[in-house]
Amino acid sequence: MKYMLLIYSTTARSAFDDLSEDEQKAVFGEYYAISGSPGVEGGAQLQPTSTATTVRVQDGSTLTTDGPFVETKEELGGYYLLDAPDLDAAIELAARIPAARLGGAIEVRPLVEM
Amino acid sequence: MLATLIGLLGDFDLAEEAAQDAFATAAERWPRDGTPADPRSWLITTARNRAIDRLRREKVLAAKTRLLQAGAPDAHHIDMDTETFPDERLELLFTCCHPALAVEAQVALTLRTLGGLETAEIARAFLVAEATMAQRLVRAKSKIKAAGIPFRVPPAHLLPDRLVAVLAVDYLIFNEGYGGRSGLAAEAIRLGRGLAELMPDEPEVCGLLALMLLHDARREARERDGEIVLIADQDRTQWDAEQIAAGRVVLDRALALRGSGPYVVQAAIAALHTETPRDWPQIAALYGTLARMTGSPVVELNRAVAVAETEGPDAALALVDALALDGYRYLHATRADLLRRLGREVEAAEAYARAVTLTDPGPERRFLERRLAALRSAT
Repeated sequence: MKYMLLIYSTTARSAFDDLSEDEQKAVFGEYYAISGSPGVEGGAQLQPTSTATTVRVQDGSTLTTDGPFVETKEELGGYYLLDAPDLDAAIELAARIPAARLGGAIEVRPLVEM
Repeated sequence: MLATLIGLLGDFDLAEEAAQDAFATAAERWPRDGTPADPRSWLITTARNRAIDRLRREKVLAAKTRLLQAGAPDAHHIDMDTETFPDERLELLFTCCHPALAVEAQVALTLRTLGGLETAEIARAFLVAEATMAQRLVRAKSKIKAAGIPFRVPPAHLLPDRLVAVLAVDYLIFNEGYGGRSGLAAEAIRLGRGLAELMPDEPEVCGLLALMLLHDARREARERDGEIVLIADQDRTQWDAEQIAAGRVVLDRALALRGSGPYVVQAAIAALHTETPRDWPQIAALYGTLARMTGSPVVELNRAVAVAETEGPDAALALVDALALDGYRYLHATRADLLRRLGREVEAAEAYARAVTLTDPGPERRFLERRLAALRSAT
């Protein structure tokens, strides 16, 4: 099954910002290591929601607004696309993502299989 | 049987429908052709065949079921009496109690699939509309399928955490029953027995079963004419001596397995409560162990009750007053009782009044109101 692991972190000053430079480097290393883990088919870090643009189409015309679709205290900061045998395997990988222990959370969403 | 079918078919709804089909077929054929040598295998095989028929009829994608994926033999040429099927109740239980499901859904699904309760019965037990319960079950079953919750006993590195969830669901069902719906308590004990049979070497499984047996054995004596009777005032002839003995045997097994987890400790406390005279120092010590294990202020409150017996109400009151449990009715009821024993009637009455406001109408509230009235007439 395929799962999208959506990585949410707080928009406010996070536990990550309080880490030393070396510790931050180690966290980036963990993200790279997860990218290279078996089953991980892709992933990316997103720019903060302050860079987001939201697009709607109404009566044929495109409406563009500055900012994210929903303004929340926690924002989507990145994702991994994972092919795993079952939810337990997806949860295990999700638990390894540093954001999960640095005040953020990982939402595990199965993809609709075509 | 349902557990095996779910394991075989990988689909809760399909398994339920197929089981119903098989029972209907049995009701028609067994009286005519005689009961098969192995009725369970017969039913499972028949149900599986019916499921395959259904799938073919409904043209469901073959790849979606584990059965067809595995390459099933032609369904109609299976020798019904030679095939054996594994008991997959344990797999089913761990699936129903997966932490990715909401706790209410875990409880409902466990009662529906393992307890065999009807949706309407579960709805009544949890005081929700049948439609609400039906929807809860549908949502849980579709999440299991869509999210890929595995049908299996978790591997060793996940087992301890997951076993905790399974035991918690069983104990929750029991406690719902303890609060008056005794059918649920019996169901929880039945599940607990099944668990102990399936995992005989897990001390906490034995601990929970012993705990439930020991508590439930005092059920008849807990109420008199719809009113609560405290353990010290209970008519011991109403206790189920046989069940207490059975609970002790299971507890001994848990202890022999070197069990020292929270359920084993609670069962040991429950066993001590059935003895006369009660060994209060031992009970207080075990509550202390439990409090350190769970960090729960509710346990600490229970310890205070035992401490009142060993060191006196003064020492107990000091413990109670250190607890941050202001919204908890039993804190105020306990404080009230301690204050009453210390002769501080005015404060005791205040505490009883506070407990009353936190308690829903019913036997517990009437008990508190009687205490309050007695106190006021005495002062």
